[in-house]
Formats: sequence, C-alpha cells, structure tokens
Amino acid sequence: MLRPYLETFHRYRYLLICLVDRDYKVKYRRSVFGILWSMLNPIMMMIILNAVFSRVFRADIENFPVYLLTGQLVFSFFNEATSSAIFSVVEASALIKKIYVPKYVFPLERVLFGFVNMIFSLVALVLLMIIQKVKVTAVTLLFPLPLIALFLFTCGWSFLISALCVYFRDLKHLYSVLMTAWMYITPIMYPIEYLSGSWVYKIVMLNPLTWYVQYFRQVVMYNTLPTLEMNLVCFGEAIVMMLIGLLSFRKLQDKFILHI
Amino acid sequence: MDNNDLMVSVKNVSMEFNMSTEKVDSLKEYTMRLLKGQLFFESFWALKDISVDVHRGETLGIVGNNGSGKSTLLKIIAGVMKPTKGSSEIYGTLSPMIELGAGFDPDLTGRENIFLNGAILGHSKAFMDSVYDEIVDFAELRPFIDTPLKNYSSGMQARLAFATSTVVKPEILIVDEVLGVGDFHFQEKCEERIKELMEDNTTVIFVSHSIQQVQRICKRAIWINKGIMMMDGPVEEVCETYLREST
Repeated sequence: MLRPYLETFHRYRYLLICLVDRDYKVKYRRSVFGILWSMLNPIMMMIILNAVFSRVFRADIENFPVYLLTGQLVFSFFNEATSSAIFSVVEASALIKKIYVPKYVFPLERVLFGFVNMIFSLVALVLLMIIQKVKVTAVTLLFPLPLIALFLFTCGWSFLISALCVYFRDLKHLYSVLMTAWMYITPIMYPIEYLSGSWVYKIVMLNPLTWYVQYFRQVVMYNTLPTLEMNLVCFGEAIVMMLIGLLSFRKLQDKFILHI
Repeated sequence: MDNNDLMVSVKNVSMEFNMSTEKVDSLKEYTMRLLKGQLFFESFWALKDISVDVHRGETLGIVGNNGSGKSTLLKIIAGVMKPTKGSSEIYGTLSPMIELGAGFDPDLTGRENIFLNGAILGHSKAFMDSVYDEIVDFAELRPFIDTPLKNYSSGMQARLAFATSTVVKPEILIVDEVLGVGDFHFQEKCEERIKELMEDNTTVIFVSHSIQQVQRICKRAIWINKGIMMMDGPVEEVCETYLREST
C-alpha cells in the first residue's frame, strides 16, 4: 500500500538534496564566514542570554551556559524550520502550477535545511562543553535520539501548517506571535522546577518541546538515562504529529493548485 | 512493437473551478463570509466528462478555441492538477513541455540550475552528470555556465530551459504550443530536437493554435469546446469540422 509513495520519494530524493543545497548557496553567497554562522549565531545568542539571565538563575542551575545553549539549540531549530516551512508551499506556487512534483518536498526540505544547520550548531555546543568541562560518558552518545524524535515532530507540524497556510495566509502573521508564546512556555532559560505547583507548570509540561529539551539535556548535560516514560512521550508525540501532518497534507494537497 | 499498448487513459474527467471573484484567503474574510453564508461560489466546469485513450505511437492533437479547456486537460494528464471527477492515468515516462524552465533560480549559476531543473523533472544526480555536457553544448552556453542566471538574457534562459527539458527521450511527450525559442538558428535546432523526440513510437499529445501544425504532426485529433468533447477522429476530419463550425 505504501509502495508507490516510497517509490516517488526515492525518485525525488535528489530534488530534496538539490533544494537544501540551493538554500545553502543562496543563504551564504557572498558572506565571508559562510557556514560558520551556523555555529557563531547560537554562541552569540547564548552569550547575550547568559549575560542577561545568569544573575537571575545563577544559584539554581549549574553550568548555566550549557543549560541555555542546549535549550536554545532545540528551540531555534524548531522555530527556524517551521517558520520557513509554513510558507514553503505557497512560495513554490510557480513550480507547483507548472509541473508535477510531490508537494511535501517543500516543507520537508525546509525542515531538513534547519536540521543540517542545527547539526553544525552542535559543534558550538561541543566546544562549550569542553570549555565548561562537562562530563562525557556513554550516555552522552544517546544525543541523536531526542534530535531524531524532534525532527519527526517538526516534520509533522510543518506538513500541517504549510498545508493550512495555503488556505489561510493569515497564519503566517499569526505564527511569529505563536512562536514567541511557545518560546516562553519552553524551559530554555529558566529551570522548570521554578514553576512546580502553579498552573503554568501544567502548560509547560503539555508542551511537546519541553520534553525534547529535557531529554536532550538529560543525556548531554546530566548523563542520566532517559526514563521509559520520557522515551514514550517523545517518540509517541513525534509519531502522532507525523501522522496528523501527513494525513492532513495529503487530504489538502489536491486543492492547493486552486488556491496558490 | 505492440501498437495497442495503452499509454494515457483519461476517464470521465471533469474539472470544476470556483468562480469567486476575489479569493478568500484571510481568516477574517473567511469568518465573515461563513457568517453571512456566502462561502459557496459559483462553480465553473472547465472540463465536462472527457474521456480519451491514447495508445503507443499515436500522435494526438487537441484543438479548440481559447479557454476551451485544452491546457487544463494537459495539466491533468501531466499530473499537475487532479480532476474533480474521473481519473487520469499514464503508463510510461512522461515529459511535459508545458512550461519550460520551471523552478529556475535566478541566484544560482547556469550549471547549478541545470542540476536543479533536472531534479525537478525527477532525474538522479548520476543521470544529470552524464547528460550535463550535452545540455550545455546544445544550449551553446558554455562560456557563461558559471554566471548567475539573473545575468542571462531571456533568450539564453529559454535555450537553457529547452536543452534541459528535452535531454530525455520520453515515452509520452506533451507539447503545449511549439516552443520556438531564441534566434532563427536556434529555432531550427529546437524543431529538429522535437522531431527527434517524436520518432520511434513516442506517444505525443500536442496542443497548438496553428491548425496547419496540428495537421502536419498528428494523425488523430480531438476537438474540445467549452469543456465538452465535440469530436474525436482522424485529424483531417476533426480539423475541417472545427474550422467550419467554430467560426
């Protein structure tokens, strides 16, 4: 049943690579540091946030710079990938009107681009961890797991919003507001324990990104094995989101051409 | 070769468009219209119950006035649009020459655009590597191949697009108007290339406003008027009837 879909995907995988490649060329053309920016950017953001917030939370979080950077890497991947994916189908309208291409390629490509970017940013994290003398054990090597789950979750979400955005362009404007709100309910710069007992805590725990951030920190910073519950939540949410995204995208895509 | 292989099968295809004068694409407008109950548009049927089968080696011409639904039918066959009703299937590799140079990026160089365009057409990296030189030579653009596309003249862009789109010999070729691009010398090369593509039992679906061209190239033709199939038969008969009755 899935076979034709996989065949199409296989046939157009080179298109995905080409589009990611194009995004890189266009983004970094004529910039001196080029791809180094993928590492410099998060470091610089981290330094600023650290300068601002370290006095507030210093006593409560050990190794605050690493705490910040891990949270920030996860969130900014999600933010950048989805903010660019949301308009991806609409932006590809010239192409979609002219020729058959599987349409999910466009949001998927944006997420891939963001993911590759994040992988480069990991170099920044590694450097910081060396400077801060974070202990590295076998558990640290589990770090791809939360990132893979996050990648799937982000893909699913991007399929959903990019399809909806074809019908309601307003989403684009609403989205940056939503992202700001989403950032505040994700424990990037505050310790989640601060909130325990209040109603905000419940919201923060309902936020899927909280789980990915926590999972990532647990293996990278604290060297603790993630619990079964954490694995189930992270991968469960990723799979459910992926299904919702794919199914709604498939349902909506046939009418895209009439609206773009 | 078996001439009875079915290559394209269009069954009872109807295509509906919404005739709303302005598009509702903002949430506010959508809610307003929903509340007022104006969300239902006048519908317009661009194609009504069209069925046509094309077999291997056939050359089918589609004639009809402007706005009769020819291009819509081509887009449905090429898979760009899904019909509202009915189904359209193709059996074989298809090369749509409906719009050339889809997906060219002005910021990339000629070389990068060749690969990007090839990928959009569904080719692999290895394949594009193998035909790259042929494309560049055909387009006669080797000195400029590492220049960004935005610095090309429109004729140069068209040449690059034509060369990239026609490098594969497809089993089904869809041509919307004959694409004479560039100067006289290059136009001749284009026609030559299209003729080559049409050899060897290629199935061709051809749309043109020029009746002479249709008569020259096709053996069979269909006439579509206002989305309705008026006639299907040998090209001479169809074209004659079309010319007589549509004026």
